[in-house]
Amino acid sequence: MKALLVGEYREGKLLESTYELVGFAQKLGCEFELFLVGTEAALPQVNAKLYLADVATVGEYNPALHKQLILDAVDKANADTVVFLHSSSGWDLAPRVALALGAAQLSEVVEIKGDGYLLPACNAKLRRTVKAATGKSVITLQAGAFMPAEQSGAPQVEKLTTSTPAQSEFLGYEQAEAGQVDLGKAEIIVSAGRGVGKPENVAMIQALAEALGGEYGASRPVVDAGWAPHDRQVGTTGQVVSPKLYVACGISGAIQHLAGMKKSEFILAINTDKDAPIGEVADVLVVADIKQFAPALTAKLAG
Amino acid sequence: MNILVCIKQVPDMESRFKVAASGTWFEESDLAWRINEYDEFAVEQAVKLKEQLGDADLTVLSIGPARVKEALKKALAMGCERAVNIVDPAAAEKDSFQIASSIAAFAKDKSFDVIFTGMQSQDRGSGQVGVLVAELLGIPVLTTAVEFEYTDGSITVRRELEGGLRAAVKASTPALVTCQLGLNTPRYPTLPNIMKAKKKELLEIPIGELLKDEARLTTLALAYPEKKGSALVLEGEIGELVDKVIGILKEKTSVL
Repeated sequence: MKALLVGEYREGKLLESTYELVGFAQKLGCEFELFLVGTEAALPQVNAKLYLADVATVGEYNPALHKQLILDAVDKANADTVVFLHSSSGWDLAPRVALALGAAQLSEVVEIKGDGYLLPACNAKLRRTVKAATGKSVITLQAGAFMPAEQSGAPQVEKLTTSTPAQSEFLGYEQAEAGQVDLGKAEIIVSAGRGVGKPENVAMIQALAEALGGEYGASRPVVDAGWAPHDRQVGTTGQVVSPKLYVACGISGAIQHLAGMKKSEFILAINTDKDAPIGEVADVLVVADIKQFAPALTAKLAG
Repeated sequence: MNILVCIKQVPDMESRFKVAASGTWFEESDLAWRINEYDEFAVEQAVKLKEQLGDADLTVLSIGPARVKEALKKALAMGCERAVNIVDPAAAEKDSFQIASSIAAFAKDKSFDVIFTGMQSQDRGSGQVGVLVAELLGIPVLTTAVEFEYTDGSITVRRELEGGLRAAVKASTPALVTCQLGLNTPRYPTLPNIMKAKKKELLEIPIGELLKDEARLTTLALAYPEKKGSALVLEGEIGELVDKVIGILKEKTSVL
């Protein structure tokens, strides 16, 4: 087995997730080479062959071009497996590459299992073991599921170019509007999930956060529903946090949320469902209705 | 303009899932079914685009057994003109490539200008089908849209990236857009629209007429995650739970 690892680069920087791909290949014990659309100024520190396409020429988001360059690299590396991170870049590119290679795609791999892989299903309530039925395969890895490799060494760079026509035009990046609060710095965060039931109940979570001397946060559905502002969102598309205490209120534990908070020192979860995936990362799981538990805890802390 | 929106019917994710006797999928009886959440945003965006243009034609498609008609009827009540059920009682056994290939086979001679899908399903979450359909049809695809605009044959979307960053990208029609949560606010069908939906066309096509490809992925097993969580589970009366939690926070953390 030989893998081509597709590194990630954004706005002048190599993304740390690139080392998770290397960590995965090392865990699998397979030969690997890397591919990156980036610059010579931000190369991954890995002792391996690196196929490098110049971001200034091919653009940071130009899937038709990136696909062709990756296919060229697969050919040169004689790779049978292409590995992406399951990210906004990875899930956009991986199916294109899989189709062109006639390969199976295994999305959001969380573990290696025998000669197959484990994938989450139904909001991480279940796990599927799958295997490619094709000679070649394309894999995307769940963010944070594999330990990043140590950063050491220097790649042997081979440059790639393409003249494939573009199908879409990249107009630029936009930062979501900056908020008032930086959850990354908070030592205590109390977050509201869908289980709080209705917008008015977010105030109850806010009150508990104040009683504990911390900030309140929210899961994606709560923010999407407009019950809390975006700067309060914890998760891969919001903020990644690591407070001393994280209190997850009525949060079932979708993968994207877990990825944003699982490095917290101590995690207290309150959920009516004893089997909720949040129990996988929590230190303490209180099986209770948050609408009863939060006010009771707030009152006790105040009293 | 000719618009297609593809939806999947999935179980309510709050359900308690049981592994089926086959060992490779979950038991489908006793589950409540609904439109995949991401696809509701896709349907809403398709209806909004139709309303913007005035004279657009909007088809909604779903692959699956007879029960998916309920999801199709909801989409019709939200504003789609006609529904297509690609009838496949064994849809759960198909891989993403086979599902995409069936949709592409249906769409290839129908000149859709814009195709919408959710960015992923809630049950399988592979995130492949939309991209594969576009690639099979040879049209551009813009994924993970949280904003959508259409002007004179050109689509601009904001893609959601990690950490609060967005990317603005543009493509010409025909094109496919995969929809992320938060793209819009899906409407509730009104009673008059539910009544009107009953009279709308619902076409059935057997999967065998469209699908010619073998699966590329084999599912070996479906199981509950191994419990590696060492969470202390507390149950009981609220007052006692509160006291226990305060005790634990005092003992194990430095915050109280």
